[in-house]
Amino acid sequence: MIRMKSVDVVIIGFGWTGAIMGIELSDAGVSVLALERGDYQDTSPDWAYPNIADELAYGIRGKLFQPLARETVTVRHAVGDTAVPYRQYGSFLLGNNVGGAGTHWNGQHYRPSPEDLEFRSHIRNRYGERFMPADMQIQDYGVTYDELEPFLEKFEYVCGTSGRAGNLNGRLQEGGNPFEGQRKKEYPNPPVADGYGAKLFADAARTLGYHPFPQPASNASRPYTNPYGARLGPCNLCGYCERFGCFMYSKASPQTTILPILMRRPNFSLRTNSHVTRINLDSTGRRATGVTYIDAKGQQVEQPADLVIVAAFQMHNVRLMLLSGIGRPYDPATGAGVIGKNYAYQMMSSIGVFFDKDVAINPFIGAGAGGVQIVDDFNSDHFDHASHGFIGGAYIFGGQTGGRPIQQLSVPPGTPSWGAAWKRAAKDSYLHSTTVATHGSVMSYRDRYLDLDPTYKDAFGLPLLRITFDWHENEYKMSRFVTDRAKDIVDQMKPKASSLNLRKPGDHYDIRQYQTTHTTGGVIQGNDPSTSALNRFQQSWDVPNVFVTGASAFPQNLGYNPTGLIGGLTYLSAKAIREIYLKRPGPLVQT
Amino acid sequence: MSNKPRSTQRREFLRKSLVVVPAIGLLGPASLSQARSASIAFTEAAYTPRYFTAPEWQFLQAAVDRLIPSNEDGPGALESGVAEFIDREMETAYGHGGLWYMQGPFTPEAPPTLGYQLRFTPRELYRAAIAAVDGWCKKQHNMVFASLAQEMRDEVLHQLEKGQIVLEAVPSQIFFAQLLQNTKEGYFADPMYGGNKQMGSWKMIGFPGARADFADWAEQPGKVYPIGPVSIRGDKS
Repeated sequence: MIRMKSVDVVIIGFGWTGAIMGIELSDAGVSVLALERGDYQDTSPDWAYPNIADELAYGIRGKLFQPLARETVTVRHAVGDTAVPYRQYGSFLLGNNVGGAGTHWNGQHYRPSPEDLEFRSHIRNRYGERFMPADMQIQDYGVTYDELEPFLEKFEYVCGTSGRAGNLNGRLQEGGNPFEGQRKKEYPNPPVADGYGAKLFADAARTLGYHPFPQPASNASRPYTNPYGARLGPCNLCGYCERFGCFMYSKASPQTTILPILMRRPNFSLRTNSHVTRINLDSTGRRATGVTYIDAKGQQVEQPADLVIVAAFQMHNVRLMLLSGIGRPYDPATGAGVIGKNYAYQMMSSIGVFFDKDVAINPFIGAGAGGVQIVDDFNSDHFDHASHGFIGGAYIFGGQTGGRPIQQLSVPPGTPSWGAAWKRAAKDSYLHSTTVATHGSVMSYRDRYLDLDPTYKDAFGLPLLRITFDWHENEYKMSRFVTDRAKDIVDQMKPKASSLNLRKPGDHYDIRQYQTTHTTGGVIQGNDPSTSALNRFQQSWDVPNVFVTGASAFPQNLGYNPTGLIGGLTYLSAKAIREIYLKRPGPLVQT
Repeated sequence: MSNKPRSTQRREFLRKSLVVVPAIGLLGPASLSQARSASIAFTEAAYTPRYFTAPEWQFLQAAVDRLIPSNEDGPGALESGVAEFIDREMETAYGHGGLWYMQGPFTPEAPPTLGYQLRFTPRELYRAAIAAVDGWCKKQHNMVFASLAQEMRDEVLHQLEKGQIVLEAVPSQIFFAQLLQNTKEGYFADPMYGGNKQMGSWKMIGFPGARADFADWAEQPGKVYPIGPVSIRGDKS
């Protein structure tokens, strides 16, 4: 075993939260080392035009994704079933290399609703304890919206988010989201121009009395310099966003917003091709001594550190905690234990909207987030759920993120999937179709969790992470309710035809269908060490010199895209480490 | 602008294709390679497959020709080079299963909602399935798939799609889904991968390809986009 010189802080994984921790902690003067299992990658040369405009390489074969051949997860629907490997990409997309999933996201950049952060308390206070099914185990984050607000704002200003405020210091703003929590400042950039599909959707939604607004987009709408001094260029709605790196320097990613400054810091270093397999503990098990990783040559390397930041993707964070023996693994039979607890996902539905040939949608004009309109009236707890019998909700999305023909061409319902009729429909529909979709929350349940698979191993012989997940009654009801509202809007758009993809009671979770990469939970934060793995500062209750960032901290999944909340929680955690922990290492919350 | 001569050339190309390609099904496999080279001849030399054997190659061409046939709406898969695309994909990491987790144990009886669970890489799946489908066709019709008339080929494809043909070792629906997915990939992917010759599919639907610059058009919602496609290597149409 090779033993390296000790550092003050080691960061495992170098995506969004690793980069945020890297810049914030190196700014505090300590020595920071980030370990990334993949390679270095940057806008140029890796994502340069025109090579990036390659749907097959990126969109379909997944050039930016983690190679599943080396490591994947296993999946089963219920406790007692045998899990099988996620052998090909489908349901969610894991990132790879520097920047991680923060390079191939869409830039859909939301804040949580205030009630999302205190969800159990809020639901209990508004509807009573019995409104929650017995096996639903939703929890509070231990952080309120007001406490988090400055950090949510900070991340938006780092990303150059384009949008329109709906609630500025308590005053509702025309054209913004009236359901959002109070923000202190306007978005750093104005909204990206609407696509035509989005415009038709918003007009229809307004007619029905809803409150459409431009989706907050970390696709910069104009040239922008962020607070670190990194510069972004204006988005040109090229249509190659989700699953792609951004050749325009427009989509916020670690590469466009943080790395240009961080990589020059003398007290920061990055080691790529360094695959962390374990967080090392001392003999008490209460203190981490560093990490062990496998380097590019396949050698085991020990990296001592005073502070360990676990900043990989949600699932990898959970797996690493289990492999390292930090915190008690969750047991679905007793409900005890915390690591692996409260795995959740999201539930989407979508409607293909087809117009006559006189309506030029031009679907290839798209940004991952910009140019799209949102109706948030039925998300979170923005409406009275009492008579509906479910918890949570979804936002309704109108417009398109691109029109790449292998993946994003759709044909009207009833069209065969091949042959002359399919071809005619593809030809007639392509330029004249758009999408309305719902993007919804999934609650956490006693029997939905993560643990180590007993059978399948990764390329290094370590057990894969096992997902036990399927839909619950609450989510079928949520999706049906919001989708019915979305259908009303589609009808108002007066299309020639529309298609519907809705998950109905009895439909099992289908790992083949892409929905979102927004998997959450497993190392959740909260106020009580018996029900959460981390305190409100994302610090391990069990091993206080370990912090775990990312969506693994979410006690249940909200209806919004997670990146905005992930960034906000990471900035809050970084501030606590800088201002409190580094001066006096130890638990930041006393139990 | 030289649009007019080019589009004339394109129509001529399609017209010749129309005359020749539908004849394949009627004339049988012996004429297949001739028919194909006739339709492609004036643009390029015929492609020699690297992975697929001669009988597999005939199957593949005959199948993709039915999945996306040539007609007045636009080019078919055959003249678009989809068979060439699939053959070339078989020699990539993807074809060799290098993008997939391929460690056992394998549980093909797992629910379909849990995804692909066979031990076949894509190239192995094609090899096993084509032999099995041809074997089935010989048993039923005394002819391999590529020798069947168009309507009969369509019928076999429909039955594969619905899982009505039971093949030993290969679930027919999984093979059909793989074939259809790769066919659409080859039809719509950038031409540098061997399919989508002359960007014919992009022109048919109105996709501008790798243009990726719509800053001005984003400000004009609803207005028809006027510029034809460009490929990654810079070919225009």
